[in-house]
Amino acid sequence: MRAGATGARATAFDALGDAARTALITFGLLLPLIGFQTVTNIRDELVLTTRWPLLAVFVAIAAAGRFVYSFALAPWFAQRALRPAQAAPVWRDNLRKWFVPFAIAFVLAYPTIAIAAAGLRGAGKWIDNFGIQILIYVMLGWGLNIVVGLAGLLDLGYVAFYAVGAYSYALLAKTFGLAFWILLPLAGILASFWGILLGFPVLRLRGDYLAIVTLAFGEIIRLVLINWVALTNGYAGISGIPRPTFFGIPFNAGDNGFAAVFGLENLPVYRLTFFYYIILTLAFITCLVTMRLRRLPIGRAWEALREDEIACRSLGINTTNTKLTAFAMGAMFAGFAGSFFAARLTFISPESFTFLESATILSIVVLGGMGSQIGVALAAILLIGGTEIMRQLDFLKQIFGSTFDPTQYRMLLVGLAMVLMMIWRPRGLITTRTPSVFLKERKSIAVDLVKEGRG
Amino acid sequence: MSARDGPTVLRVEHLTMRFGGLVAVDDLGFDVKRGAITALIGPNGAGKTTVFNCITGFYKPTEGRIALARGDPAVWRGLESLTDSGKRGLVARDGALFLLERMPDYLVAQQARVARTFQNIRLFAGMTVLENLLVAQHNALMLASGYTVLGLLGLPLYAFAERTALDKAQGWLDRFGLIERADDPAGVLPYGAQRRLEIARAMCTDPVLLCLDEPAAGLNPHESAALNELLLVIRDECDISILLIEHDMSVVMNISDHVVVLDYGVKIADGAPEAVRNDPKVIAAYLGVPDKDVAEAEAQVGL
Repeated sequence: MRAGATGARATAFDALGDAARTALITFGLLLPLIGFQTVTNIRDELVLTTRWPLLAVFVAIAAAGRFVYSFALAPWFAQRALRPAQAAPVWRDNLRKWFVPFAIAFVLAYPTIAIAAAGLRGAGKWIDNFGIQILIYVMLGWGLNIVVGLAGLLDLGYVAFYAVGAYSYALLAKTFGLAFWILLPLAGILASFWGILLGFPVLRLRGDYLAIVTLAFGEIIRLVLINWVALTNGYAGISGIPRPTFFGIPFNAGDNGFAAVFGLENLPVYRLTFFYYIILTLAFITCLVTMRLRRLPIGRAWEALREDEIACRSLGINTTNTKLTAFAMGAMFAGFAGSFFAARLTFISPESFTFLESATILSIVVLGGMGSQIGVALAAILLIGGTEIMRQLDFLKQIFGSTFDPTQYRMLLVGLAMVLMMIWRPRGLITTRTPSVFLKERKSIAVDLVKEGRG
Repeated sequence: MSARDGPTVLRVEHLTMRFGGLVAVDDLGFDVKRGAITALIGPNGAGKTTVFNCITGFYKPTEGRIALARGDPAVWRGLESLTDSGKRGLVARDGALFLLERMPDYLVAQQARVARTFQNIRLFAGMTVLENLLVAQHNALMLASGYTVLGLLGLPLYAFAERTALDKAQGWLDRFGLIERADDPAGVLPYGAQRRLEIARAMCTDPVLLCLDEPAAGLNPHESAALNELLLVIRDECDISILLIEHDMSVVMNISDHVVVLDYGVKIADGAPEAVRNDPKVIAAYLGVPDKDVAEAEAQVGL
């Protein structure tokens, strides 16, 4: 008992030392970042002010966190590591079995749940900002997953195809007055055409070089959209893009509008619910097609390409065509998502297709675990939903004062989440690969065997 | 074993490969007979793997002709006219002739049906053993899936083709003693099993010529003997010609029908295993010669 007590005291002292060191480092790091602030005073001069209380709060948080970690969490982790490995508990098996059906039921019922919880007037925000916004990124993530996760080609310019889809829909709909449902496949085809066009020159490149060229391609598309004013209206963007109609019934306040025809109050929530189910269907199609492709020879060839390109060639696989189909497929889904994006906002401009978008979509794929459908969906919910939640945290203003804007910290939190992920799950949320075919038993494959691909 | 004098399946003529100033293979010529095991041996750096890479299309040779025939040996008569025509190959009713030096690597495997393995094993480590064998049947399955379109629609034609492909994969797994590991990732198999899997994968492409780059490297004597058995079975039952690079003399001498010896990119011997084993040039290349005989030996090998 005595020895135990001494041990505990020793750990406490160690933890205190640890916390002190952390406090020191935090202080050093944040002194210039938070401790000092430059502000313009009334006479338009730049003056240096200090923010000692805020700095103290941050240092205290870091020190306390470190103390809790070294005193309680670290020993607990160490003890857990010593315990012999056990079979996965029953609840985990059940979770695995029921997660997907439950998730599907939930997303199908989501608008109803939102309306029930927030009322007809309040639900719009939840369906739009959370439902539709997240689903767009889920779909983009699943599309990019084909290129990056399955074929192992690092594409940093994915947003270019999203832009092609959006502008295809916007321009064709405004110029020719064609309907959404005709232009949706057309936008997908145009985007995949651009995917092939990009694919041809970059196929010789591998790994980092491929990433740089795709990044450049994304920027080229964006710059063309900005500078080809005659076609795209430059920075001003395209507005007044027609929305899809509900079997010919438009969502407006007119006599032929949705609300009037069905005898409902004219509220945006009906339109948003309709849009929600459109993007949900598109996302499901993306997922089903990808899952099906994985079981077809082309999908296996993509994965084989990620594993070893030379072996693929020795087996008679035309790697050029295989890579091109991956590019085209990924681009097609981005094109679908892009045309939906344009139809949803009725306004697009090059601002929506910056490199940050590509980076976000790529983070979703990497965070999710490359090649995993469920992982990508979870990562999109985490990243995009997390960002949206930050917008909703107005009560924080009451704690930190009215000048505190939680959305300004969202990139900081995303960065933090990324760092934590790299520590705990360097290969993404889902770290197993499910084989596409099996003889007796489907054994999932540990991710450390699976290669990430070098393009 | 009597030397097998079947029709020629592969004819290499005046093969030369230069990398800058280095001549890796110099004016090499040899034949591979159908249904025979031909061994390509030589000290390290002799250019054996370069020859393999030229045959399988991974390198474009600087000079030379590599012709492969399958089916009726009468197709050989078209060799000169095919060479003059500038085409890659000619497909007759009961045979085909290909000029491998004109084809990209994947077509060598797909059309000329030359399969190969690699010195450092190249498996799809993150895919299961079974998946590895299905990837090998990519072209047949691709056709059956209507280049993905029909397969995506879930037509029964593809399901049937996949069933056949699985049966074939299972057959080879059975033969190579890997059936128990069919659902395990290829990367966790022990080394010897990975070597066998790579050969099984190559066999799944239905090759006419199987090129094995050091199949016995890293195997213990027991595994190496089992491999010999397996290669003989492949040769006798499947009517496949085998070209192999090997350092393990027990493999070379026990199973090969024909041995070609390379040294510094030059062929120094070519013939039946017994004859090659007693060839003074081969002995000199492998073991060296006493100091007093250096001048004489150098004169003999033409240095």
